Amino acid sequence: MMKTLVKRVLLLIATLLLVTILAFVAFSIIPGDPTSSILGVEATPEQIAALRDRLGLNLPIWQRYLHWLGGLLTGDLGESYNYGMPVAQLLATCVTHTLTLAVLAFVLIVAISLPLGIIAARYEGGVVDRVLTILNQITMSVPNFVAGILLVYVFGLVLRLFQPGAIVSPQTGWGPYLWYMLFPALAVALPRSAMTVKMLRGAILSELGQDYIRTAYSKGNSKSSALWRHVLRNAMIPVVTFLAMTVADIMAGSIVVEQVFGIPGLGKMLVTSIGNRDYPVVQAIVVLIATVVVVCNFAADLLYRVMDPRLRGR
Amino acid sequence: MMLQIEHLNIAFPNPKGHFEAVKDFSLHVEEGQVIGIVGESGSGKSMTAHAIMGLLDRKSVKVSGSIRFEGVELLDLTRTQMRSYQGKDLSIIFQEPMTSLNPTMKIGPQVEEALRIHTKMPPKERKQRALEAMALAGLPNGEQLYHQYPHQLSGGMRQRVMIAAALVLRPKLLIADEPTTALDVTIQAQILDTLREINRKEGIAILFISHDLGVIRALCHHVVVMQQGEIVEAGDVEQVFHHPQQGYTQRLIASRPTRTKLKAGGSHG
Repeated sequence: MMKTLVKRVLLLIATLLLVTILAFVAFSIIPGDPTSSILGVEATPEQIAALRDRLGLNLPIWQRYLHWLGGLLTGDLGESYNYGMPVAQLLATCVTHTLTLAVLAFVLIVAISLPLGIIAARYEGGVVDRVLTILNQITMSVPNFVAGILLVYVFGLVLRLFQPGAIVSPQTGWGPYLWYMLFPALAVALPRSAMTVKMLRGAILSELGQDYIRTAYSKGNSKSSALWRHVLRNAMIPVVTFLAMTVADIMAGSIVVEQVFGIPGLGKMLVTSIGNRDYPVVQAIVVLIATVVVVCNFAADLLYRVMDPRLRGR
Repeated sequence: MMLQIEHLNIAFPNPKGHFEAVKDFSLHVEEGQVIGIVGESGSGKSMTAHAIMGLLDRKSVKVSGSIRFEGVELLDLTRTQMRSYQGKDLSIIFQEPMTSLNPTMKIGPQVEEALRIHTKMPPKERKQRALEAMALAGLPNGEQLYHQYPHQLSGGMRQRVMIAAALVLRPKLLIADEPTTALDVTIQAQILDTLREINRKEGIAILFISHDLGVIRALCHHVVVMQQGEIVEAGDVEQVFHHPQQGYTQRLIASRPTRTKLKAGGSHG
């Protein structure tokens, strides 16, 4: 177990290093010069040369990478070309918004799909199961930004449960802030919840057909006790992996849905910064998002081993 | 009479008509008896075992006739009423020891599960009973196995765990549905010894199901031969083995590999 853990941690570090290289190289080789977006088209060649020198753009790429990586490791994300302020400071509030949105969406996915998946499987073929199957099909095929627009319309404009576009800052109060974030989180969570319900239902039904469930019944278990005591833990194993992959999807979904709800999160910052060729900001966001996804997958891998004794020690 | 099965019919209704898996099956089992049911696969022997245990799906399988256990008609019981017999007076072990245990549950809780369901015994006492049942099933190192998972055990040991779990409440009847078919021959002999011991020491009646008349002969007093859902021959096991009345029974006996036949087979290739 210890050996596996060490191996996994090393693999995690290697993956993150690769991410930094890709993020750095990709934005260094795409056409476009950050100096022109900073100085404008009328800048003199002398001005451009001076700026390139100041930003370190004349150094070879590997030197620039190492310098950037060194800063990254010590928490210095560099300075934004565009805003002239440290990237860390610039991103602080964006990160709060996006992470709050992502965590809220994940909690919603778990809270919605686990009970519904269990009920659908427990009463397979019943009214609830059939209604859920239809709802699932619809929800799954609606993209999250469309769900977002519908939520803005219904809950924001018709029912007036929140004021679209007028985001409350967490400084004024976490309650109103989370209430506002609940609606975009729902937009991100709905399509994924539908998939998770379908997946969990299938996993439970497949486990219910296994030999050990027949053994459980032969000992006098009712259908419910067989489900809770025997099936769930086994059925959750594939679902945990699926939920870990969901994290990547949530991050991507959040970026789009932020636009619909007017949230100044990482998504908005990313789009603006790419337009401005503000590479330090873009690279920091890419590395940040990749780190969240990779770390969540790592956590899922560990959880997977805890849940399935057959994988321990491997 | 402990178990009395009369004119049992098991059918699978489907759009094209009925498929009758078991037809007019009758069998009596007295306390402490060891009875064998033999037949090739598809002869309906496992189906009969599942019917006695109440494990057939009530929606898709039609069971008629009578299965009386200590005077109670099991076929008239609701599912909830039937549960009070399952794992308590009636127990079963299956053919596949590799898949019949829950892979993510430790051995201990699986062995004592029937105690948890049917009694209000405190955990400490349950564990004591589980360890006793494991010793009876030929697992002397129960204390160590208690905290292990099924995948850490061999097939033979898993089947012993299944036996221990089935015995933990000292049932009156243990149904053994091809319990040694998936195991190799030496382990098979050891498991048969264990079952014989359990019958002798605890007086638990055993209904032993196999496709192998030789295995039945090593364990049972009485045998029922089934073919395509029907009983074709029944009687004292030695009688049936040495003087089979039916061609089917003769073929079952002849199909057992013997030393001479193995030699003859070897010369071919």
